[in-house]
Amino acid sequence: MYVYDEFDRAFLAERVADFRDQVERRLSGALTEDEFKPLRLMNGVYLQLHAYMLRIAIPYGTLSSDQLRRMAHVARVYDRGYGHFTTRQNIQFNWIKLEDLPQAMADLGEVGVHGIQTSGNCIRNVTTDQWAGATPEEFDDPRIWAEILRQYSTFHPEFTYLPRKFKIAITAAPKDRAATKVHDVGLRLHRNEDGELGFEVLVGGGLGRTPFVGKSIRPFLPVRHVLSYIEAIMRVYNQFGRRDNIYKARIKILVHEIGAEAFAEAVEAEWANIRDGALQLTDEIIDDIRARFLYPDFAALEDEPAELTAALEDPRFATWYRNSVHKHKVPGYSIVTISLKPVGAPPGDATADQMDAVADLADAYAFHEIRVGHEQNLCLPNVATRDLPELWRRLDAAGLATPNVNHISDIIACPGLDYCALANARAIPVAQEISKRFADLDRSRGIGRLHVNISGCINACGHHHVGHIGILGVEKNGQEFYQITLGGRADEHAQLGTLLGPAVSYDQVPGLIEDIVDAYLELRSSPKELFIDTVHRLGVEPFKERVYATH
Amino acid sequence: MAAPQQQKLKVNGPVAVTANRLADGAVVWRTAAGGWSTALGDAAVVTTAPEAIALLEGAHKRDTDAVGAYVAPVVLGEDGAILPGNLRERIRVNGVTFELPASEPPASTLPAA
Repeated sequence: MYVYDEFDRAFLAERVADFRDQVERRLSGALTEDEFKPLRLMNGVYLQLHAYMLRIAIPYGTLSSDQLRRMAHVARVYDRGYGHFTTRQNIQFNWIKLEDLPQAMADLGEVGVHGIQTSGNCIRNVTTDQWAGATPEEFDDPRIWAEILRQYSTFHPEFTYLPRKFKIAITAAPKDRAATKVHDVGLRLHRNEDGELGFEVLVGGGLGRTPFVGKSIRPFLPVRHVLSYIEAIMRVYNQFGRRDNIYKARIKILVHEIGAEAFAEAVEAEWANIRDGALQLTDEIIDDIRARFLYPDFAALEDEPAELTAALEDPRFATWYRNSVHKHKVPGYSIVTISLKPVGAPPGDATADQMDAVADLADAYAFHEIRVGHEQNLCLPNVATRDLPELWRRLDAAGLATPNVNHISDIIACPGLDYCALANARAIPVAQEISKRFADLDRSRGIGRLHVNISGCINACGHHHVGHIGILGVEKNGQEFYQITLGGRADEHAQLGTLLGPAVSYDQVPGLIEDIVDAYLELRSSPKELFIDTVHRLGVEPFKERVYATH
Repeated sequence: MAAPQQQKLKVNGPVAVTANRLADGAVVWRTAAGGWSTALGDAAVVTTAPEAIALLEGAHKRDTDAVGAYVAPVVLGEDGAILPGNLRERIRVNGVTFELPASEPPASTLPAA
């Protein structure tokens, strides 16, 4: 966990006091809606279909048990008893009253969480791998660099009114769990031939109405230059990015229009002026940030304890273990993913009781620490392997032991038309129906890894472009229709999906997804060939022929 | 998709003016008396663009009661009841189309032994 200091606490308290004053002035009429709207957005407050929505950042996806418990409190006291974890390591409360928002923010601020950088045309919450600091694959803890970027970007005057929002993601492992290639800037930490730590810098990725996979503009950037290089990118974007058309204002449009090479040249020219200046990170600064991350006091434990061996005799535990538990960098410890996708439930939602339960389990088994992944699941990154059987039983009691991580029912979905003022079709009920169709976990295990992503509009908050199966809701003559894409992926081999065929109606979607899955089971070269590999080997045509013959 | 507030006004049938209440965001409807009601049945229904614009202008005059006003289609039932005219408005009137998560732990999610 990162330990906030007195500066951070005082800063947040002042911010809450400012917002309380702004809300009072808005309610009294001293501020008009036009004046108030940018102020509320800078604090993560949106107005949705039925109510205000508060979006709270979970920087680099890391939460303490106290913070999660406080979120449960906010859900219970000010909302309707649940929260929604998003695809950018945020949590949203969908029913908060404006008049309650200042106190809700004050309650959250006491444990160091807030809505800053969750809205508006600023650098948003910097995201990273939910297995950071725990996975044996990583070159370094990416949260160190996410925190450095967070401190640098928060209220940076040059970045408060960017042409559009700006999203940065970092991975420090070759296996990309942070979707870095579909962010405005993706940073991929690795070591060069001399063993030096640095970033590959990708720019211009993004989804929405004009999706692009990010382009690599620098294969290796020594870590000490990360701030100056990001600043150079931001300056080029600020100078040349379009402000005349909201739909063409993201950096991906600029990179696409002038080309990655020209963009890189402009960045390098700008960087040459500032690279050795005040933004160069000294070892002292890096060490100071690093020292504020407190790591668990790991014990020397057996990697395959007797408790685990005995529990694996139970097929139900074994199923969950194989699906939801991954190797930790420290022997005797494991990384546990907690699915927030129980069959038929809204993806990413957790009730206040479930949040409290996870917080209690983090205290009991995981050094008080929880993570949030962009797949809308939670994670306990540091669990003693010998405790897994007990943890599993307690997760199950809280309805949190569904062993469907990376299965077809582990669906990423935006809130869609049920909540969102921008959406034109529902996403959650579509996800629920597909989830029910594949409720048989033996069947979904036989299908293997398959990511379904659903967005309720072209803004693509459900990342449909990079779903193995992507589902995009559109509106035609007042009716909901859905376009299906195949072959997208958000990992280190990121790729945009290919349109399968004409859009189908709301009622047809679950059946069509079943037909796609049936086609895959027929077409795959062996049970070991994953869905995504079959699509890439054959293209979408064989799927199209089979699926549209029946629809 | 642009929000209804950002779209060009088209009136092809009965419409009402709707917004969100400032204090809590609740869905409200403009009444003929120039106030706001949470009941769609209280809404002033008009059928021409000038009438809709007049309703909207009235709604925009005072922004401490409701915000984000726009013209929404409605349908008149045989009994004269006012009903939402599209899916978006049905959801705003009736709520989300699925069961909200309840804060009681659900039954076991594990497969049968």
